[in-house]
Amino acid sequence: MAGEAVVPLTEDVDGQMFHIDPMHQFQIHPLFGEGEVHWYTVSNVTLWLAITVLVIAAILIFGTRRRAMIPSRSQSVAELIYGFIHNMVEEVTGHDGVKYFPYVLTLFLFVLFANVLGLIPTSFTTTSHFAVTVTLALMVFLGVTLLGLYRKGLGFLSMFWVSSAPLAIRPILAIIEVISYFVRPVSHSIRLGGNMMAGHAVMKVIAGFATMAVVSPVVVGSIALIYGLETLVAVVQAYVFTILTCVYLRDAVGDNHH
Amino acid sequence: MATEATEAAGHAAEASGMPQLDFALWPHQIFWLLVTLVAIYLLLTRIALPRISSVLADRKGAITNDIAAAEELKQKALRAEKAYNDALAQARAEAAKIVAEARAEIQKDLDAATARADSEIAAKATQSEGRIAEIRDGALEAVTEVAKDTAKEIVAALGGKADARSVTAAVNARLKG
Repeated sequence: MAGEAVVPLTEDVDGQMFHIDPMHQFQIHPLFGEGEVHWYTVSNVTLWLAITVLVIAAILIFGTRRRAMIPSRSQSVAELIYGFIHNMVEEVTGHDGVKYFPYVLTLFLFVLFANVLGLIPTSFTTTSHFAVTVTLALMVFLGVTLLGLYRKGLGFLSMFWVSSAPLAIRPILAIIEVISYFVRPVSHSIRLGGNMMAGHAVMKVIAGFATMAVVSPVVVGSIALIYGLETLVAVVQAYVFTILTCVYLRDAVGDNHH
Repeated sequence: MATEATEAAGHAAEASGMPQLDFALWPHQIFWLLVTLVAIYLLLTRIALPRISSVLADRKGAITNDIAAAEELKQKALRAEKAYNDALAQARAEAAKIVAEARAEIQKDLDAATARADSEIAAKATQSEGRIAEIRDGALEAVTEVAKDTAKEIVAALGGKADARSVTAAVNARLKG
């Protein structure tokens, strides 16, 4: 990313001492040739999504190819991820939720590896785009809502009617509950997309200062620190996204809630 | 087409280079995202998850089996130890019995031998007594004979004519007296 930051400097120096374009890294462009990006165009988005799939396949399929009783390192990683998410789904959603484990694991692996791969300098972070995070969050929201209505019927709506509260304030609470329910996909998606985008933009801005010889040693040091922080953020956001998915799923499949 | 492209470019530039808010690009990203998610889901459910869960189940089974086998071996070892101790105690008891038996038998033999020896001694004593009596009788007889003969000779030497019968009677009377 530090290397890329220099590019705009050489391209369009318009009277400024240096030019930083922190949003350049988020631009979508066709992978082959020039022109408009249609829905079917193979772009850098497609490339990095494909790399995400390949990395997941490498760890979870290639890594476990020996099916060893005593696991190799890569198999241990696959088993750890499996066990981690399996436990999370079982603990948060209860026993009934385990059958949705593959969906949750799909989300977790995608978000985790998209986030982490986005940390590679000059890469493209698919999860820094709201198109991606909103789609993911809406899938979870619609999936959970439909599943809850299917499994519990109108009983699913009783989660808005807080029976433990005094009767007088229940309607008010119901309104608040409904609003908070519909805000879920918004917070769910903005949290992930915003974190990824902001972190990458900050790194880009700071990296841009590296072109100033006076501050560049400080900048390089802080970039190293921020890179470590961003790695943590990438993993934590994947975890947060997944555990929120589980929490929402519990409303649909769990016996009781809150 | 060209205007659209320039419009998109202008749009991106206008939003201070915020491609996230360029909604014209959303269908593109959503389409490829869905393709990606379906691909990951299929890879997971068709290959990865069955494989990992079977490996985990196998391992769990192997560990359970090993623990059970270890428990069984432990029980076996305990049983073997118990059997060994039992055998040892039994052997000891048997040895004690054999020792007692042998002692009893020896005692019996000893008793029998003692008894035999006693009876033999008794027999020998009886026999010896008989012999002694015999010898004594023989001696008495010989003394009688000698006395008679001597008396006859003495009588003859003195010039008397000894009646054999009276001499014998005299000697017998003397011997009794």
